[in-house]
Amino acid sequence: MATSSERSPPPFPDSEDQDVLDSEEVGGRESDEDDDGGGDDLLFVNPSNPPLTKMDTTLPPASQPSDVLMEPPSDLMNDPLIEPFSSLTENKPTSKIVSEPSDDFVDLTNNLADSPEDAAESVLADVAIDTTEIPLDEPSDDFVDIFGGETEAPREEVVIANVTVKAAAAADKSEVTSDVTDPPGDLKTGSDFEQEANETATDSIIDLSDDLLSSNAQKPPLASDQFVDPLVDFLSDAPPAADAKIPSRATVDLFEDEGNDLFTEPRQTKSAKQQQKSLFGEADEDLFGEPLGATTKKPVIKEPKGKPVPTKAARDVSNMGGPLQDGYTAEPADIFSEEAVTTVPSIKKTSAVNSKTNGVHSEEDTDIFAATVELSLDSPQEERKKGVPAVPSASAPSVSAATSLAKPQSASLEELDDDEEEEEEEEEEQEDKFDISISVKDPEKIGDGMNAYMAYKVTTQTPLPMFRNKTFTVRRRFSDFLGLYEKLSEKHGPNGFIVPPPPEKSILGMTKVKVGKEDSSSADFVERRRAALERYLQRIVHHPSLLQDPDVREFLEREELPRAVGTQALSGAGFLKMINKATDAVSKMTIKMNESDVWFEEKLQEVESADQQFRKLHVLVESLVVHRKELSLNTASFAKSTAMLGSAEDNTALSRALSQLAEVEDKMEQLHQDQATNDTFNFAELIADYIRLLGSVRGSFDHRMKAWQRWQDAQAALQKKRETEAKLLWANKPDKLQLVKEEIAEWEVKVTQYERDFDRVTATVRKEVVRFDKEKARNFKREIINYLECLLQSQQQLIKYWEAFLPEAKAIA
Amino acid sequence: MRSVSVDLNHDASLLIDIPDALCERDKVKFTVHTKTTLSSFQKPDFSVPRQHEDFIWLHDTLVETEDYAGLIIPPVPPKPDFESPREKMHKLGEGEATMTKEEYTKMKQELEAEYLAVFKKTVQVHEVFLQRLSSHPILSKDRNFQIFLEYDQDLTVRRKNAKEMFGGFFKNMVKSADEVLISGIKEVDDFFEQEKTFLLDYYSKIKDSTAKAEKMTRSHKNIADDYIHISATLNTLSADDSTANKKHCGGYYMSSFVFLQKVEGRVASDQELKLTELLRYYMRDIQAAKDLLYRRARALVDYENSNKALDKARLKSRDIPQAEEHQKQCLQKFDKLSESGKKELTSFKGRRVVAFRKNLIEMAELEIKHAKLLRTWLAMV
Repeated sequence: MATSSERSPPPFPDSEDQDVLDSEEVGGRESDEDDDGGGDDLLFVNPSNPPLTKMDTTLPPASQPSDVLMEPPSDLMNDPLIEPFSSLTENKPTSKIVSEPSDDFVDLTNNLADSPEDAAESVLADVAIDTTEIPLDEPSDDFVDIFGGETEAPREEVVIANVTVKAAAAADKSEVTSDVTDPPGDLKTGSDFEQEANETATDSIIDLSDDLLSSNAQKPPLASDQFVDPLVDFLSDAPPAADAKIPSRATVDLFEDEGNDLFTEPRQTKSAKQQQKSLFGEADEDLFGEPLGATTKKPVIKEPKGKPVPTKAARDVSNMGGPLQDGYTAEPADIFSEEAVTTVPSIKKTSAVNSKTNGVHSEEDTDIFAATVELSLDSPQEERKKGVPAVPSASAPSVSAATSLAKPQSASLEELDDDEEEEEEEEEEQEDKFDISISVKDPEKIGDGMNAYMAYKVTTQTPLPMFRNKTFTVRRRFSDFLGLYEKLSEKHGPNGFIVPPPPEKSILGMTKVKVGKEDSSSADFVERRRAALERYLQRIVHHPSLLQDPDVREFLEREELPRAVGTQALSGAGFLKMINKATDAVSKMTIKMNESDVWFEEKLQEVESADQQFRKLHVLVESLVVHRKELSLNTASFAKSTAMLGSAEDNTALSRALSQLAEVEDKMEQLHQDQATNDTFNFAELIADYIRLLGSVRGSFDHRMKAWQRWQDAQAALQKKRETEAKLLWANKPDKLQLVKEEIAEWEVKVTQYERDFDRVTATVRKEVVRFDKEKARNFKREIINYLECLLQSQQQLIKYWEAFLPEAKAIA
Repeated sequence: MRSVSVDLNHDASLLIDIPDALCERDKVKFTVHTKTTLSSFQKPDFSVPRQHEDFIWLHDTLVETEDYAGLIIPPVPPKPDFESPREKMHKLGEGEATMTKEEYTKMKQELEAEYLAVFKKTVQVHEVFLQRLSSHPILSKDRNFQIFLEYDQDLTVRRKNAKEMFGGFFKNMVKSADEVLISGIKEVDDFFEQEKTFLLDYYSKIKDSTAKAEKMTRSHKNIADDYIHISATLNTLSADDSTANKKHCGGYYMSSFVFLQKVEGRVASDQELKLTELLRYYMRDIQAAKDLLYRRARALVDYENSNKALDKARLKSRDIPQAEEHQKQCLQKFDKLSESGKKELTSFKGRRVVAFRKNLIEMAELEIKHAKLLRTWLAMV
């Protein structure tokens, strides 16, 4: 699985290219026959889809293989899809919900109609056009190719199988749709759905796949590996590429088509040949699992979102990554279908399938889904999921096929992470409750002197299946928390995620603790830190994609954690960090990004002013705390002196009343003190958290800016190369010209890649910020209500005290 | 809104109040309104303008009157102090730039309220001073007091010049030295002995309590001020935020913080009024009672000295009648002082207890009221 390992770093264009090549090789090797037709297709493609020209730049290096790839999906598209599709296309335009996708549909249909090759070549060849548009199709092509190569099975057969399968699929869908319509929007529908789907599909797919997995695992591991890898690669690569060109149009096309293709394909395979099944078993599962997830997702989303979703989807489509679009397109489609009831069952599936086409995706989706729905289903996907997360974190179980599949997926998962993130977002936001609760308790001083440190007990409680136990506890020291943050921010920061920051290191506070002064301030410090750490971990696990991170799991689960480096040697690393920050600041000054996105501009301003306000608020609340403490102190001394006064008083009743007053004041002092603690923990600390978090938000903005800058730089470089090319052309130096041309091609790839990166980061940041805002509002609401409740309590007490005092005062004679 | 109402004015023959006061720069002009049925006044109903200095003059003349030595002269009202709100206002003006408009207006309102409260309090203590005098059977008949009430021109009390100020200071020094000296004198009367120790003790305690209570109210006020800023900041924060949800919540919380501030502020001012003022007043009153004791002790010393002088005279058989006369006078004076002092101190005790009772009850009730208000509000939220 060399390819998978190469894939793991997400944004690097080179590795992706390699992947592409690999996969293409695979395809090319196995299916020579297709080449001829493929070449034609290529030619065809260019003129017909002018916006795709960029694609060509990426594809050319691949040359032959690419052709091959393009062909097969087209078949699928044509035959089975056209009928349902055409109807779909009609429907869509009418329902304005999804304006953009509809265009795409039209395109597709046009293409299909235009393509003359259909007649000439086998059904498979026809849709090559689509494939070019949609790199995602490639995997499906491969599938077909492989089949062709290995089994020598006549294509006609496959096609036929397709058709039949599709019909079945259509039937399923119709069922599904009906379900949806019946109980629209309930969460239950989701589960119902799944069950339904399970029932319908289990027979054909799941059972098979399971069996296949187990039985065939040993047999075709190689084949499956090969197969899977390219597939996954392509999937992950493809959508962004498509995006780059004509985000809205191309991608949507791709997805719609692809979905169908893929979906149908795997099914064919199963129904058709057992040998192939082994390969497909996994794929099927994915696909299958995904649709389920998608469908289930839909109802959930629909309810709250209603109309806004489609519009948003349409908008997002334009600037977001492929997978994301899938999700979105799927949603509108659903809505549509729901509204129009039976009209287009196929659409749903397609969309659903689309989202799944990226195997990785499906997993994530399902995961989330599972998490939200409490994992009521035992569907195979789930199990698989469990396996998948386990793979990266724990030692790889020797499960053969399943694991092999899992690996590439998890690898690509990381690539696509953010995109998926968005989809999950939608869901997650609807679902406030998380099934994971974390507490940080029992701070304990370990060691003596300056080597002493505080260890905290981190207890996790969760029914999530990705953890081995329901409840587990580990001991972690502060630097472990910091180490976790370092890892997470390194991994996810550049993708635009807002990684919750841990509390700062406090040399002063810690030194006090270390020295072992058992005064209130050091206890206060430890308690503050403990609470801050708890909130920090909670923020992480409540972040849907951070929860998936193996490091997080490791942090929560593993007994012994390798000691975090870099955080403890604050002097060295801290200094480096400072330098980094300084250079960042400088580059921030120098980068003048002409912000094209008004949203970001506004948001940045908002964040900045919020930051300012929060800082101010923090100062104020701190002073409130100080004043409150003062008050408590003063009340205490007043109580004391009142007691003295009472003792000095010679009137017995008055003396009594005064000593009573002293007691009341004493209690008041306690109340004030509690209130001060309350101020601190419920309010000041929250604000401090948000000041830190806003820093992270800004960080993600910076990452976006950096991505933009990289893109711009690449563009500038490309421009320069082009100029050189022109010069060389003019100077007529063919030898150098070739070199420059290659370079140009290289840079073009880079530009596309960077642009894609930028778009992806933008989308992520946007999502994250939206999520952040919601979280913030919710958090504040909760905390302030909490705060007020505490206040209420103390007022209650106060009333009690004074009411008890009143008769005493009245008794003074 | 009377912090120290001591069942004054129980006799309707002489009713005094200060319905109005004018603040001009450093000077505060009180309008002293009198309603009387006494024949010693020319009219039954009249008002005169008086300044704080006039009150001091009245007090000083009363203290210096030999006949009143056996009485507790009501403590002189403290000088009107508008410095602190004024200073705060000034500070506020300087800090205007750092605050939002809303915050500024709120702070200003708060300061204005504080200023008003101080003003009212000032008027009140002056009023109480006069009322104590008017309710006193002996002091109400005082000539100077009647002049003070009736003379419709400006009293134009001569301000103390530097020498007199110094003299006053010197007198104080002598007095305290004297106090130390005569503290060694053996008390002849148990009642006074007791009373003396009690008052001394009580004075130090109440002084302490007053200081503490002042601090407490001040920090309470600080908290109220903090709430102002916090609510204002929360407001801007929620205004900046585009999320509708947050805006809603922000307004919501802000209003609750405004409310918190109001309640805390009121708690603080009520505490100030009911508790701190009470303690402060009685601190001064006790000082006055101590002065009485001092005067009595002085008289006692004088008497003993005159006794010695008489003995000496007898020994020398010279100026005996003079010495006898003097000794008699001293004894008389001392007896008179003791008698009236006893009466005064007893009534003072009763008065104190009543005042404490009233104020403590009122304070407890107010605390409960505020807390309940806050509670219902919070429960609503």
